[in-house]
Amino acid sequence: MEKKNKLSLQLDVSDFLPADESEKQSLVVMRESVSFWRDGVRRFKKNKIAMTSLIVIIFIMFFAFVMPGIYPYSYEQQIRGSENLAPMEYSEKELALIEAGEDVFPHILGTDSLGRDTMVRLMYGSRISLLVGIVASVLVLIIGSLYGTIAGYFGGRVDMIMMRIVDIIYTVPDILIIILLMVTLKYPLQSLAANVPGFAWIDTIGVGLICIFIVFSLLYWVGMARIVRSQILTVKEMEYVTAAKALGSSHPKIIRKHLLPNVMGTLIVTTTLQIPSAMFTESFLSFIGIGVSAPMPSLGSMTALAIDGVYSYPYRLLAPALMISLIIFSFNLLGDGLRDAFDPKLKD
Amino acid sequence: MAQYLVKRVLLAIVTIWLVATLTFSLMHLVPGGPFLAEKSPSAATLQALEEKYGLDKPVIVQYKNYIVNLIQGDMGESIKQRGRTVSDLIFTGFKVSARVGGIAILVAVSIGIPLGCIAALNRGKWLDNVIVLISTCGVAVPGFVVGTVLMIIFSVKLNLLPTYGLSSWKHYIMPVMSLAFYPTAYISRLMRSSMLEVMGQDYMRTARSKGLPQWKMLFKHALRNAVLPVITYLGPLLAYTLTGSFVVEKIFTIPGLGNAFISSITGRDYTMIMGTTIFLASLVILMNLIVDIAYKVIDPRIKLK
Repeated sequence: MEKKNKLSLQLDVSDFLPADESEKQSLVVMRESVSFWRDGVRRFKKNKIAMTSLIVIIFIMFFAFVMPGIYPYSYEQQIRGSENLAPMEYSEKELALIEAGEDVFPHILGTDSLGRDTMVRLMYGSRISLLVGIVASVLVLIIGSLYGTIAGYFGGRVDMIMMRIVDIIYTVPDILIIILLMVTLKYPLQSLAANVPGFAWIDTIGVGLICIFIVFSLLYWVGMARIVRSQILTVKEMEYVTAAKALGSSHPKIIRKHLLPNVMGTLIVTTTLQIPSAMFTESFLSFIGIGVSAPMPSLGSMTALAIDGVYSYPYRLLAPALMISLIIFSFNLLGDGLRDAFDPKLKD
Repeated sequence: MAQYLVKRVLLAIVTIWLVATLTFSLMHLVPGGPFLAEKSPSAATLQALEEKYGLDKPVIVQYKNYIVNLIQGDMGESIKQRGRTVSDLIFTGFKVSARVGGIAILVAVSIGIPLGCIAALNRGKWLDNVIVLISTCGVAVPGFVVGTVLMIIFSVKLNLLPTYGLSSWKHYIMPVMSLAFYPTAYISRLMRSSMLEVMGQDYMRTARSKGLPQWKMLFKHALRNAVLPVITYLGPLLAYTLTGSFVVEKIFTIPGLGNAFISSITGRDYTMIMGTTIFLASLVILMNLIVDIAYKVIDPRIKLK
């Protein structure tokens, strides 16, 4: 119906008719709504560098955790007569065995001065690096995120005191304290494992490793706590948190259901970037001789051992040195990729 | 400003005190004290030793003596190197380490900043890609790997550089290179990203529209602002150089503080471990304090809280 006067306020009746099928169709959203996670995963999959580093990490994990099980040598096994072999070289004994028609598995990377197969030690060393990196980061994640969440959520005086503690720990040079703790914690832990029943597991994991986990969880959480706190400070002002409060939710429930899921992206990214830094520290400690206890190999201690024979066997340095660099490199790239995908704000 | 200064100085003092207390109590965790670490001495010798080092007194008295001595700069005698005081050992070692570390810091800053700038100015071109690739690799390689690889190439294979000691300028090349490698890579990354950010600022567009020459824009406007994050990194850089020196001095057998510290750890020389920890910790804390204050003085845009 055509209006006579353009300025008239008369309503057009046809605007109020029920919509027919074709009109309804045009309003249906064709693309499914994408959640934060799906969007992140999609962005991550597009990132070729990050995907490659993920594949490399999976490959290294297979190498470190599965391969030693099917490998014919073990890390502490000292093969008599096979000391100081070059890569792919056989000792006289082994050559004799091969002559006799037996199968002898080659020492792909040679053996060290005690006749231990370098390849299998490299696997165990990588395993230690990965274990330290991942376990330490999970510990840091748990402690740091809890601490940061509590400080950020409650605010006020609680926040002030908790953050002053963080400030103090932050200014302490961590490596020095780590060395100090590593030196002094060994004795109490050893006596704990030997004398108190129920603590024998300390010996199975190794005092050195336990020490590393303890010192990492004591010192490294402060960075995480700071990041989480600042995130919580913004998230807690959101309307849905006010709504949850108005509906009478308890504090733990609000933290669990509303705050933590919303800082998840930041948490994942920070944790992944924590892994290489923990590995850095572990290899450093083992290199200067206070990390993982012998005979358990670590990439750091393998490098340190190789330096003593650098003139005669320079190739021995390369395997552990390249391995640690490759692992740290891939985790750095993976962390960068995750950051770009899940937490673009964090990019510096 | 004054309030901020007081707060920061207080925080630094509390932290140093905390480190000293922690060191003291951790050393008392070692069963039997420092003398039982290796072969056990006879009861009489032990008593004499304990009296000499004051370990027979109650813990609280020991703690008081320890703190009082510490304030006076007296950290006792080395247990393993008889007749030499810890402060003397630290001083001799530190002179050497400071020289190597100082050169390394200078090298890192004077290579890292230009590299970052070049990368940012050539954003997306091959030069940028090469620099980014190198610096990404650089932050993934631990110091001991750099040191050992350099050693294989220049000493074992090419026989060009000496592997131990510090008697000529040639001896400095490899230690300085392995110490400076990581910070150079880190600084160039830092510099690149902050330079890119600065170049997107409005005042840079204004400068360009005024028709300023390229070099003037770069040096007068961009560089001054972009270099600020590098200044904040100087504190952590010092801490890194210290820990790096432990490794580098061990590899190249340099008679510095790092080497002394590592051998005091393996030799369980507890007074030396305590002294060095407190000395290095205080050094890092004080440097961080100075850097933070300098940063706020240099950049007036930062508000003091």
